Amino acid sequence: MSSLIIAAEEATATNPFIPADYDIIWSAVVFVVIAAFFGFYAIPKFRKILDDRAAVIEGGIAKAENAQAEAAAQLEKYNQLLAEGRAEAAEVREKARTEGAAILAELKEQAQAESARILANAQTQIEAERQAALVSLRAEVGTLAIDLASRVVGETLTDDKKAAGLVDRFLADLESSESAKAGQ
Amino acid sequence: MPRSQERALHADTVTLAAGEGGEFHAPGIGEFLGLPELFFADTPFAIDRIVMVRLIAIAIMLVLFYIGLRKAKRVPGHGQSLAELAIDFVKTQIVDQVLGEKHGKRFLPLLTAMFFGIFAMNITGIIPGANIAGTSLIGMPLLLGLVAYVVFIYAGIKEHGAPGFFRAQLFPSGVPWPVYIILTPVEFINIFVVRPLSLALRLLLNMMVGHLLLVLCFAATHFFFFSAGGLYSLFGIGTLAFGFIFTLVELAVAVLQAYVFTLLTAVYIQQSVSHEH
Repeated sequence: MSSLIIAAEEATATNPFIPADYDIIWSAVVFVVIAAFFGFYAIPKFRKILDDRAAVIEGGIAKAENAQAEAAAQLEKYNQLLAEGRAEAAEVREKARTEGAAILAELKEQAQAESARILANAQTQIEAERQAALVSLRAEVGTLAIDLASRVVGETLTDDKKAAGLVDRFLADLESSESAKAGQ
Repeated sequence: MPRSQERALHADTVTLAAGEGGEFHAPGIGEFLGLPELFFADTPFAIDRIVMVRLIAIAIMLVLFYIGLRKAKRVPGHGQSLAELAIDFVKTQIVDQVLGEKHGKRFLPLLTAMFFGIFAMNITGIIPGANIAGTSLIGMPLLLGLVAYVVFIYAGIKEHGAPGFFRAQLFPSGVPWPVYIILTPVEFINIFVVRPLSLALRLLLNMMVGHLLLVLCFAATHFFFFSAGGLYSLFGIGTLAFGFIFTLVELAVAVLQAYVFTLLTAVYIQQSVSHEH
């Protein structure tokens, strides 16, 4: 009986495919420790650092892209401003030119108008003075002529109507003789 | 017979065999089983050499990762770069590639834990002083296989619901129904029995055999140099060279087995959550 038990024990002790209790227990302890270490420490840490690195790289790329976009936007804006400025300058220049031309034209027109007015004034004045001179001359010449004639003729031409008729006749004669002279 | 006594006896015979000058003693299962219990002897918490190597390897691995990630900065230092490189290897080469972004995110912690845990316990096989892989005792590979098993079934049930998951796994669409008579039992055995066991046994046997090869090479070298003497020492040079080569092979195997285990677990999860089977 006891030899059977010993034989069985020896069989267990020499069979490499049947684990002893202590073997299984320490294997389990070892595996649990390893699994816990990797599950709760190593792999989370590994993932964390990889994520961190990826985030930094992605952040850097995003930052660079942002900077580039910003620079492009700035350039665009600058170009736009430049174009706007140029357009504005051209517009101002054009406006100044047209305005200058307009002013010039206006001034010319004004001057012409002024000169025309002055000319017209002068002519009117001359005409008026001529008329006045004509009238006064006519009156004076008449009087003088009548005085002279009455002295010469000895008769007093008191009758105004007669006198005026006489004078007119005389003057008409005078004018016709003048124009005849001028016509020669 | 109490266990420690029996172990001690077993260990005694091993040392006796090794200590007997002229005899060459080939390494056997005693390399892994019946080792003296160093702490908590005769309790379920007993610690022998292999368990101690596991604990130390894991402690060092975790401390290294902790140091690497402790002051994680945007611009990484040397330690942080290495830690990130290591995790990124598992993430891109295994998790994202097999599971894709969506599912990969959920299972990344578990799969990195598997990969680095297995690697740390494998690499001790060629570290002087440890000289044994922490995974060369069935408990660890079996537990990891069990974890993979639970995880891929959980993932499938969560994705499709239990009936949907089992239907998709056991009755793959696109075959005429009589085929199910053969296909369904085969798939059942393959998925629910072979997968976890093959994961565990592949890892265990690779590490056991690797260790045995190394021990064989170095024990033979020792024997040829110090026990046989004379012209036999020349054989010792050959066996030492083999030991050197197998050490490099074991380095590759340590990485490869961690990679294969994790990759297959990811593939199983992928097949569970996938919508076309």
